[in-house]
Amino acid sequence: MAYSDKVIDHYEHPRNVGALDKDDAGVGTGLVGAPACGDVMKLQIKVSAEGIIEDAKFKTFGCGSAIASSSLVTEWVKGKTLDEAASIKNTDIAQELALPPVKIHCSVLAEDAIKAAIADYKKKSGKDTEAAE
Amino acid sequence: MTAFGKTPSLTRPQGAPVYLDYQATTPCDPRVVDAMLPWFTEKFGNPHSRNHRYGWEAEEAVEQAREQVADIIGADSKEVIFTSGATESNNLALKGVAHFYKDKKNHIVTVVTEHKCVLDTCRHLEQEGFTVTYLPVKADGLVDMDELDAAITDKTVIVSVMAVNNEIGVIQPLAEIGALCRKKGAFFHTDCAQAVGKIPLDVNAMNIDLMSISGHKLYGPKGIGALYVRRRPRIRLVPLITGGGQERGMRSGTLATPLCVGLGMACAIAKAEMGAEAEKLKRLNQRLLGGLQQRLPEIYVNGHLDHRIPGNLNISFAFVEGEGLMMGVKDLAVSSGSACTSASLEPSYVLRALGLDAEMAHTSLRFGMGRFTTDEDIDFAIDHIVEAVEHLRAMSPLWDMHLDGVDIKSIQWAEH
Repeated sequence: MAYSDKVIDHYEHPRNVGALDKDDAGVGTGLVGAPACGDVMKLQIKVSAEGIIEDAKFKTFGCGSAIASSSLVTEWVKGKTLDEAASIKNTDIAQELALPPVKIHCSVLAEDAIKAAIADYKKKSGKDTEAAE
Repeated sequence: MTAFGKTPSLTRPQGAPVYLDYQATTPCDPRVVDAMLPWFTEKFGNPHSRNHRYGWEAEEAVEQAREQVADIIGADSKEVIFTSGATESNNLALKGVAHFYKDKKNHIVTVVTEHKCVLDTCRHLEQEGFTVTYLPVKADGLVDMDELDAAITDKTVIVSVMAVNNEIGVIQPLAEIGALCRKKGAFFHTDCAQAVGKIPLDVNAMNIDLMSISGHKLYGPKGIGALYVRRRPRIRLVPLITGGGQERGMRSGTLATPLCVGLGMACAIAKAEMGAEAEKLKRLNQRLLGGLQQRLPEIYVNGHLDHRIPGNLNISFAFVEGEGLMMGVKDLAVSSGSACTSASLEPSYVLRALGLDAEMAHTSLRFGMGRFTTDEDIDFAIDHIVEAVEHLRAMSPLWDMHLDGVDIKSIQWAEH
């Protein structure tokens, strides 16, 4: 399978690989996917007091498209508010990386990872008021 | 150095990846190509033309090739028919025998790790009303002889077990299987696409009744193969392709003289050089496995380590996904058992049949070494693989969990 130049670039030079302290109150962690399915993404965000995502890190087990999708979203979410980050669609990711149809699930997983990280942050920081009520 | 001279070397085009996929296909040996060339141009006759020299010389060449093929498996040349390849041979063996004997017997026994062309042919026969038993394999990839014994009934017309598996390279106990089939009165067919020219084969010593052979897996051309069909006791087949009655009525159509000559030459060279080649490949295999094991923890060989052809290694690199790894080793031409490299998105059915977890099947690469593989190729491959695996493990959340002592199986994953 031929990969797009952007996928290759993210695979060879992944942005923001690493981990944030998951016990920090300002950090939200999303872990999605399953080893049996061949891809697992861990996405972490650090949220400022003003509600802006000031840092993001990822680790991914998966194919080149999965690695590129997670690397790309760490770039995209930085500097965004939680609502802005939550509005990132898998179709935007797939389009940016020119993913073929068989790899669309990688972009879906990346969208899920953002949402899971945001949900974790809200839960930890007590801002998950809607769910609590 | 044999009767065929020094084994030639092949130069790789500038920038081309190192080829480590010899179970997918092999390059044609230059000596095979040399033998084929005259039969395209000046000696172009139809081997079935009986009226002139063009036909006679082509027929003579085809018959010599038939003897060379027969010779490497201990058969008589009258028992060898040419086909388009092992897929056709497997189809002809199974459908041909099943159809011919259908009034007496209706049961077929095969194994879950067979090549798709055997499994799919069996599926078609099931749709026609035949019963098929698909035997499991043990964790090392080998057939359990007691289970095979129990599966064969007085209704079993044919047992089909491959000699060497294309993914994991394991060698099935052909002589034992042949003896069992003979004792129980079932024909024994074996797909030897990956075995001919790699391991010694003898149709009589092993009680093989039908054997499929492929040209392009043993340094011959693509588009040609052969089927061995035992004459004593005689095995009968209903042909798949009818017409002029060539190949003793079992496979009509004008023979491709250059391809037959190529297959014959490939068999002759393989017979002469098999011993030395196996020694070399064993050394390269140990070099590759040893080199990787020395530098990478958590890697596992799939399939029996000793009962396998020396040109194959199938390794799972835990916590690294196979397709991602293939992308990292772009200067190597290898195959992966990962789902992502297949259209079906299912991980390798062969690896799953060994009882491997889906996550381990996702992390496998198959390395195929052969006649033109060099020590330098292996050393390059080791460096390249180690670099890619370390790069990907540094990015893998599963590797982190492993280092932290977390049992990945204990986590509730959301399957998607």
